[in-house]
Amino acid sequence: MSALCLYFQVHQPYRVRKYRIFDIGRSHEYFSDSSPRLSNKTILNKVSEKCYLPTNNTLLRLLKKHPQFKISFSLSGVLLDQLQEFAPAVLDSFKKLVGTGRAEILCETYFHSLSFIYSPVEFTRQVNLHKAKIKSVFGLTPLVFRNTELIYSNSLAERIAKLRFKAVLAEGADNILGWRSPNYLYHPPGHPKLKLLLKNYRLSDDIAFRFSDKSWSQYPLTAPKFASWVNAVNGGGDIVNLFMDYETFGEHQWADTGIFEFMDHLPGEILKHQDNYFVTPSQAADKLPSRGELDVPFYVSWADVERDLSAWTGNPMQDDALSKLYALEKLVLRTKDSELIADWRRLQTSDHFYYMCTKWFSDGDVHKYFNPYDSPYEAFISFMNVLSDLKLRLSTKISKSEN
Amino acid sequence: MPIRVLMFGWELPPFNSGGLGVACDGLSTALAQQNIDLTFVLPHRFPINKGGFRLVFADDQPSDWSNQSPYLHPTSSPAAYIRDLLLSVRRYARNARRIAAENPHDLIHAHDWLCFPAGISAGQVSDRPLVSHIHATEYDRSGGSGADPIVYSLEKQGLDEADAVIAVSNFTKRLLTTHYFQPASKVNVVHNGIKTEEFGFESPSGTDILDPLKKAGYKVVLYVGRLTMSKAPDNFIRAAARVLEYQPKTVFLLAGSGEMESQVISLAARLGISDKVLFAGFIRGTLLHQVFRTADLFIMPSVSEPFGLTALEAVASGTPALISRQSGVSEALSHVLKVDFWDIDEMVNQIVSVLSHPPLHDALQANGRKEVKGVSWAAAAAKTIEIYKKVLRKN
Repeated sequence: MSALCLYFQVHQPYRVRKYRIFDIGRSHEYFSDSSPRLSNKTILNKVSEKCYLPTNNTLLRLLKKHPQFKISFSLSGVLLDQLQEFAPAVLDSFKKLVGTGRAEILCETYFHSLSFIYSPVEFTRQVNLHKAKIKSVFGLTPLVFRNTELIYSNSLAERIAKLRFKAVLAEGADNILGWRSPNYLYHPPGHPKLKLLLKNYRLSDDIAFRFSDKSWSQYPLTAPKFASWVNAVNGGGDIVNLFMDYETFGEHQWADTGIFEFMDHLPGEILKHQDNYFVTPSQAADKLPSRGELDVPFYVSWADVERDLSAWTGNPMQDDALSKLYALEKLVLRTKDSELIADWRRLQTSDHFYYMCTKWFSDGDVHKYFNPYDSPYEAFISFMNVLSDLKLRLSTKISKSEN
Repeated sequence: MPIRVLMFGWELPPFNSGGLGVACDGLSTALAQQNIDLTFVLPHRFPINKGGFRLVFADDQPSDWSNQSPYLHPTSSPAAYIRDLLLSVRRYARNARRIAAENPHDLIHAHDWLCFPAGISAGQVSDRPLVSHIHATEYDRSGGSGADPIVYSLEKQGLDEADAVIAVSNFTKRLLTTHYFQPASKVNVVHNGIKTEEFGFESPSGTDILDPLKKAGYKVVLYVGRLTMSKAPDNFIRAAARVLEYQPKTVFLLAGSGEMESQVISLAARLGISDKVLFAGFIRGTLLHQVFRTADLFIMPSVSEPFGLTALEAVASGTPALISRQSGVSEALSHVLKVDFWDIDEMVNQIVSVLSHPPLHDALQANGRKEVKGVSWAAAAAKTIEIYKKVLRKN
């Protein structure tokens, strides 16, 4: 018996507009740029049209066609906010999927942030904010957690156990698994009841990254071929976890690559094998046993070949921006100014720090592709200018309340 | 059998006034290291010795060098100056016939319009193919208008008669196809390189001239280049005035001379920032290296810059660079700040940011120094040799 668990990450940040020193003290609009590369509204509408709407339609059709088919999503709070603001029809179509009872919604930090690393207290607040948001939008309480970019470690598991989730998702990175397989459930040290679901990165990335790669020996990838790879796990695992960005469909892999046709046929092909079945993450946690303790003393993530934190932290700009942002925590929260607090939190979204990454900048690879700024340096400049303005608002607020 | 190249240049360091001499030196040395049998011709006798390749002086008379460089502050009126220069160019071309006969070669390589007539004459004698190398055009020098028609026609002739053309950037290639009507297939892009070892980062030699300012807490923003319209030193001053509103403890240093000097000085005075603007004049060697190393930021605001070697020198010295997108070097470097030359607002935004955020400075410095190592003369020479081979196959 082999279970197949599909989880799609749905997230768009509030990109910081081109914000120059002249704007400091004059404009507190940080997230509205009219240029096509930085306009959050334009980008959301484009992604909705290319990905969210057609993929939601495909999945809805598949859920109707195959009563055993199941999926799961994590939608960041900032994505939900943007859908409510710019694309309510898209939000409705997500609600329809959830309405089938076979699309589970996971929990994450509302602001898709790195808060666990910089402020565990703020992290907990953002988890609770997200929980409340999911409750208000979909009317249900999420039971399974996934952290920003699948960032995970023992200490994260510790906190997630305290927050009473039944399972947590992580990257099935080689350096944490060693000889073990990602196709089983595990548990973190000291928390036998918290189930750990690990991404099968080979099979996941076959779809997410290699699907349209003509130089790949397995090109073209068809649903029967992929199903045969899943079948091959039978007997050698309890579950295959396919975790990927939702934007894989139609945005990273364009419609003309055949990605939608692939998805259209996948559930049918998987279900042809009588031992296969679909699960959502919480069903997997209920049904399948942990096969052992997995010790992860350091952070892993699903980013880049390194699968560590180096996409968001570690260069002098990223570290400066992050430390200065989180240093404001107490002062910002003390103001009880909801706009100020919301702006501060929107600045925590991990994408801002990803844009400042210089690791691969000259090679023109995926980082460049996903960077709406001309360079990591320009991303840093706008971010720090915004932070200066935020500090200015903060000190005005504080001096007012002191008088 | 090594390829024998007869190369016509105009200047070599230390007897150079700008990038042309530096580029010829870097390329020639690297070509010789890659087994090219190189004879480098100079128009006049200079007291220099070069390892790796042969030097030939077209005229045995020692030159009054400072009067023969098109890149220095003209001492006479522009028209008289061009006239004198043209006389030297023609004399060089006459001497080139003899040199071609005396020095057996497989092909001829000539740098910029000053040497094109020499290259063409040499080819008439030896009937060998000509490679014309463009480092800068009259179009760049004049800032797009008022190009000298004689200079333009010499450039055009040098390009038309060439079997292959080398441009120092795609930026220059576009210019050659649009304003000189060269077919794109004939123009090859070879970016300049840099001898990074000459811009040692860790080895401060002697006392730094800017030490007192730095100790007093001032940041230094640097401009290096001729004070001429195409390099927009006036925009540097305009940006400076606005940066000072945000970062008053900043000094703006201009290293270079040129016909805009008095204009730039009076602009600084009019904007009330004369006390924050320093003019170092034309500097070279150790002093220039020191200035590069001391500066917190190097700026190249050019309106039209075929390449821009000084940007490579700055980055190799560990100084972050802010460069105009209207430059060739912006094609070769990623880890620099880039700005459209007309966007002074953005220039100010970026300058203030570098001065205000040391981590931005440090990231640009570290990544830039790593990147610039790959922009080498060896790579430029290898590309050039491919072009030689292509030309020789056709002939």
